[in-house]
Amino acid sequence: MADITTTSTQPAQPVAVSRWRSGAGRVLEGLISFAVLMLLIEGGIRLFNVEPYIFPAPSAIAMALYSGIASGLYLKALAVTLTEILGGFAIGSVCGILLGIAMVQIPVLDRFVYPYVVALQTVPKVAIAPLMIVWFGFGISSKIIIVALTCLFPSLVNTIAGLRAVDSDRIALIKAMCGSRAQLLRYVQLPNALPYIMAGLNTGIVLAVIGAIVGEFVGAKTGVGVLILQANFGLDLASMFAVLVLLGITGVILSFILRQVEIRLCFWSGKATK
Amino acid sequence: MTMAATAAVQSPALAVSGVGLTYHTSSGPVEALRGISFDVRDAEFVSVVGPSGCGKSSLLKLILGLERATRGSLAASGREITGPSRGVGAVFQAPVLLPWRTIEENVLLPMDVMKLDRRETTERAHALLRMAGLGDFGRKYPYELSGGMQHRASIVRALVHDPKLLIMDEPFAALDAITREQMAAELQRIWMESGKTVVFITHSISEAVFLSDRIVVMSARPGRIMEVFDNPAPRPRRFTDLSSPALAELTTEIRRSLDLASAA
Repeated sequence: MADITTTSTQPAQPVAVSRWRSGAGRVLEGLISFAVLMLLIEGGIRLFNVEPYIFPAPSAIAMALYSGIASGLYLKALAVTLTEILGGFAIGSVCGILLGIAMVQIPVLDRFVYPYVVALQTVPKVAIAPLMIVWFGFGISSKIIIVALTCLFPSLVNTIAGLRAVDSDRIALIKAMCGSRAQLLRYVQLPNALPYIMAGLNTGIVLAVIGAIVGEFVGAKTGVGVLILQANFGLDLASMFAVLVLLGITGVILSFILRQVEIRLCFWSGKATK
Repeated sequence: MTMAATAAVQSPALAVSGVGLTYHTSSGPVEALRGISFDVRDAEFVSVVGPSGCGKSSLLKLILGLERATRGSLAASGREITGPSRGVGAVFQAPVLLPWRTIEENVLLPMDVMKLDRRETTERAHALLRMAGLGDFGRKYPYELSGGMQHRASIVRALVHDPKLLIMDEPFAALDAITREQMAAELQRIWMESGKTVVFITHSISEAVFLSDRIVVMSARPGRIMEVFDNPAPRPRRFTDLSSPALAELTTEIRRSLDLASAA
């Protein structure tokens, strides 16, 4: 039995180290291929004399990004948009999870509420964004609500799927212990649903970024979406690309953080146990 | 008055009387069990064997109180079974350990669900884990343990709230032959030390003969009792004892009865 401990713990370390190394290697690979691509584009643009209002050179984009960040303009806009993204994401996801739990626990609610939720999801958010601006103004709150509406669906659907995908043996186990439905939810269904919920949140955070920008396009005073529109009106494509790069990085970082949380919380997921 | 009192004292650990079970499916009623009657005495080890689909698992659900009998009644220690009871521990075919809980947390699940005393139950759990050879594995997660160890953990979980009756549904079916024999020997030891009443459902005749005081043979659907065999061989038994004349004859008799049961 003692040898079982050693076999299960010792090889884990080399695996972790090599995984870290290969991770660092992959980042390096990505950076190199990115640099080569940028150089090719830069060279092509200079070679064929492409006008900056058609396609800006990577060096111009980098300059625009630098000056935008250095002047504080981008970061201020990003702070506003990030607040909308995170606020809306939190509200929408929490509502989605709670509604999902309620709908699984109370079948009547499922039958009555679900069609409305689907209908709401089918309506494009761009279409209801103007309505939200009318109701909640040009400020931050209308965007938070648009983002929340966007994030609601993935977390709701995944919560429902996760709560329902419980092995019948696990239900029998809790029932045989005289467990209540609340205990079944707490000890089996919710932990079981966690990987599903995390997958829903990961979809939600990407949609949240889109939702916030859509909201700002329709009507806002500040934010990354407003920066894009301004750059667009001025045919300042370098700035526009710079803002898009900023937005892309933000999305990747948010998604990465969620993925790390998922790995920590659902460490057991995918491991073979019966 | 006195007679009633004596009857209560002497009431068997498990009394199954005239039990029938009919499922209502979309394609009509399906009779799973018919006229099942047997008693299990205190601290007795009884196995139920039968061809697959003979309603062994249905019988288990009835004893666990997860389902109600269509006819007849079941009683544990003289009290009618109307629903799940704290006096019963269940071991399923699969270990059914929750992968997000450590072995110790899994074993303590009944404490959380039944709101048992934390200190007392934890002490019991540690003692039981040591008895099952899992003393050093409490902090491990189920996927870090072998199949046999996971099964032992599930047996510990079934015992942690100190139930009088232990119900086991083909607990070693998924294990390889060698591990199976080791687990059966282990179970015999745990049973002898704990003094529990055990109802053991299996489709392995040798396992049943090795472990049981009595063996109930059931027929194919609808499940009926074909025969009940006594096994008075002394304990502790070893697997090599199975080739002794008495146990070899018992094994043959059970096999003959099972052949009839499959044909019936």
